[in-house]
Amino acid sequence: MDDLRKRLLKTEERTNYLSQIKDGVEWGNLSGLREKFVTLRDRFYEYTEEQLSEEIGAFEESLSFLEGRCEETLTSMDRVRIVRNPHRFSLKDILENVYEDYTELGGAEEVSIDPSMVAARASIVRRVKNKSVMQQVMVIGHEKGHGEEYRNGGCSKPWGNEKALRYMKVAETEGIPIHFYIFTPGSFPVEDYPGAGQQIARNLYAMAKLRVPMISVTSEGGSGGAEAVGMADARLMFSHGYYSVISPEGAAAIEGKIREGEKMPKELVEACAERLHITAEENLKLGTIDRIVYEPALGAKRDDFGFFRQLKSEIIRATDEVVLKTKSLRAFRAYELTMKKREGQVVEEPHIEISWELNEDEVKRLLCYRSRKYRAMSCQAYSEEGSTCSAFCRKARRSMAKLYYSFRYDLLKSQQKQVKKVFQDVSGEGSVLLKQVSSPITAAYDFISRKPGVRPGKPPVPGSGGGEDPIEFGDIYTSPLANEDRTVTCPNAEKQGCKDLWVPDLYGEFGGVCENCGHHFPLEYQWYLKHLFDPDSIREFNGGVCAGNPLTYPGFEKKLQSAIAKTGRKSGIITFDARVMGVDLVVAMLYSDFRNGTVGAAEGEKFVRACESAKLKRRPLLSYVHTTGGIRIHEGTLGVVQMPKCTMAVREYIDSGGLYIVVYDNNSYAGPVASFLGCSPYQFAIRSSRVGFAGPRVIRDTTGEDIPPDYHNARNALQRGHIQGIWDRREFRRNLHKSLLTMGGGNLYYR
Amino acid sequence: MNETFDLAPLTFNLPSYIMTDEIDFDAIIGKYRSDPFDYLDVRTAHTGQVRFRVKEDAEVEGVSGEWHHVRGTLLYELLREGNQKKIFSSTNGVVSFIRSDLEGKFVEAGEKILTIRHPLKKREIIENILRQVLEPFNAPERAKYFFSLDLQAKIDKHGQRGVSIKPGDEILTMSLMKRDTPVYYAGEPGIIHSVYFQPGISIPQGEPLLGICSQEKLPMIQRIITRVKAEWE
Repeated sequence: MDDLRKRLLKTEERTNYLSQIKDGVEWGNLSGLREKFVTLRDRFYEYTEEQLSEEIGAFEESLSFLEGRCEETLTSMDRVRIVRNPHRFSLKDILENVYEDYTELGGAEEVSIDPSMVAARASIVRRVKNKSVMQQVMVIGHEKGHGEEYRNGGCSKPWGNEKALRYMKVAETEGIPIHFYIFTPGSFPVEDYPGAGQQIARNLYAMAKLRVPMISVTSEGGSGGAEAVGMADARLMFSHGYYSVISPEGAAAIEGKIREGEKMPKELVEACAERLHITAEENLKLGTIDRIVYEPALGAKRDDFGFFRQLKSEIIRATDEVVLKTKSLRAFRAYELTMKKREGQVVEEPHIEISWELNEDEVKRLLCYRSRKYRAMSCQAYSEEGSTCSAFCRKARRSMAKLYYSFRYDLLKSQQKQVKKVFQDVSGEGSVLLKQVSSPITAAYDFISRKPGVRPGKPPVPGSGGGEDPIEFGDIYTSPLANEDRTVTCPNAEKQGCKDLWVPDLYGEFGGVCENCGHHFPLEYQWYLKHLFDPDSIREFNGGVCAGNPLTYPGFEKKLQSAIAKTGRKSGIITFDARVMGVDLVVAMLYSDFRNGTVGAAEGEKFVRACESAKLKRRPLLSYVHTTGGIRIHEGTLGVVQMPKCTMAVREYIDSGGLYIVVYDNNSYAGPVASFLGCSPYQFAIRSSRVGFAGPRVIRDTTGEDIPPDYHNARNALQRGHIQGIWDRREFRRNLHKSLLTMGGGNLYYR
Repeated sequence: MNETFDLAPLTFNLPSYIMTDEIDFDAIIGKYRSDPFDYLDVRTAHTGQVRFRVKEDAEVEGVSGEWHHVRGTLLYELLREGNQKKIFSSTNGVVSFIRSDLEGKFVEAGEKILTIRHPLKKREIIENILRQVLEPFNAPERAKYFFSLDLQAKIDKHGQRGVSIKPGDEILTMSLMKRDTPVYYAGEPGIIHSVYFQPGISIPQGEPLLGICSQEKLPMIQRIITRVKAEWE
């Protein structure tokens, strides 16, 4: 009888789980099953044992049938609910069942800087013939179960991501692979040091060139939070997980323009989940992940030990593959190929011993593969104008440029540099020698000839050119905003007593700045094009790269077309060569008119090409962010992968000796700030601009706390150490020029 | 936004019954009971065409939110040089008077166009009475303040209201830029009735630190407060 009771209780659990996946709505004959269960339970003792066994058997069968049907017809939102279900396995289950042994690092359980992020040193065992071989790895990932009350739902705080980075570096020092497990609905969006966005940017920047193999497995991949520990050499995903640019609820709030506190229509959330292409199959098709780890029907739970066995072989196999790619031995290559053939099948872990340690050359190859992997991502998601002939011309021009610039800078410049260095050293030594001989004489001479009252002072600093190059705002270009005969009120008028400003003055002569308090009124991006760069120095490139609608998101095509018609441009970023007071540079400019400066595949591609161009031409790179609203949600994870893709490009540019400067204006938020913009060592903001990770509403929704109205303003960003300075718009050109001269990469031509 | 309107601080003419020894409680309470409101006149900040956005007897809300970032009710719009300026209420209450005849007309600066009747709270009434009666002692600098050691000892022993101070007494220590400067009392002798500062927290210049009350006035003040507290719901 006890056995039967247990079986009956198990069926209750299964029915409840099914009902939770379907969000409590009546589906199939779920209610009939529930009724049947109640009858069975209530009349448990009225049956004989045989009858009961038969009844329960029949009940189990119909339940299994229903589960089978549910699995076949799983919607995207069902998968989201599976992932959020408390019965789903979490990182700790993996650590206990997949790995042999582990030690949690940087705190344990709730006594940790951030319990939602777990780092552990673990060992994993594989069988080779008849003996076991133990291999060391670093496991980093989010934990949302096993102490839910302090895990913050897997939303890791900025300092949790910082902890992850710290242990990535430890793994790099020790030369052991890293296994990432992503179980996060998103990052905890607070700006407290080290700052949500900035820390994600730092993590991405470090991961781009981390010298160990990295494997990531995604169960719940919530945008930026997932990327913070997701830029791996092999990206795996659980079959019932989701990986998305935004939560379906968040997307629904934006799509349906739902106000705070209003109820979200369920159908809209379901529809958004479908449109975002968040499932494993869809992500595999999009190329944002490499492989799927299959789970049992309706998702794996905490006690699916068979699943953990399979996960173990999958993770070993993935690590092997990454390592093998870097090996030059043919036998290994062949072995890798045989593994490829068996793709998609359930495989056991390879029964041969493969060392996961890499030597110098192999590390180089690993980094090269990683770079190529991210460079190639999402390339199908945008379109580019031009025939094959023009593509060929472009290619030829590029090779010519490459030849020219490598001749000019690599050959000539390096020779010249070396000669110059020798001269400098010799003259330096000489002057020291000369000084030793001559100093007693000059000292005596000075003593005799010094006039009373005259003290040796510092020589006057040669003019930095600050006074030159006066700009008369309004002479070069007049903002169309100035063509109105009316006045406006400065937002600080109440506090600072600013007088009303006459619009033609404000947008003309004053450059959009309040004369009294210095508040900057927003100006269109054309103003900057005219006032920032030397006249006629702008040469735009890649203007033909066109943003698309890769997920065929309903209604987005129309919005895209209207943005193209409105701006006359094809994407939300303009990339061009320009000159500032005689210094040539490459500029990438995100601007607000095109879908609020959101970044999708086309924008990412153009940005990467700008980085490559700057690297090739040895020119500084300026990212001027007129406005960015984040990653374009209509492109789903194709948008999210722009974060690692562009950060990789930035990292390679900076590593090659480039100077990367970012200037924020108006509003800069979310993904781009948390990746390729935020990773710059030199970031500045224009006055009255706002920089941050998530907007006030998202912060309120996630943290449950309100934020002060000035939370994101530039001054606070400066105080938090996010940016290095606040520039006045009218001084932008001079400040930029000064920065270009005072900061510098090692490989720039003007040095 | 320019100045919304000139708000007179919540001041009252000192009623004669407070100054006399004979206190007519009923008069005081009666005054507030019959009219427990403060009347705030809203005047135009500058010239312009006025458009009202509230009607007479409309309820208006004041500034709210943790950082006073949620604006009050929109009272009226003032149009000058194509600039439609919105003016919001800074206090809660009811519009008791409105110059509806000015709707859509051009008005001069400083024109009284609205009055808001603000219901006084118990705390506001007591504060109003105390502000009139107590002698304030203001902060001479923006600094942190502490009671002087002697005075603190006395307060610890006898309680705050058991210590009397007279001009020339060292009463406070002003802590500024890591230097401690003694502050001497100058004013009418009396006892420290109210303390408006917290030790170790920076106080802007000119803010009241203490409210001093002469010994003989004390029972009278106590009676007023007790009465207001008891009788005001």
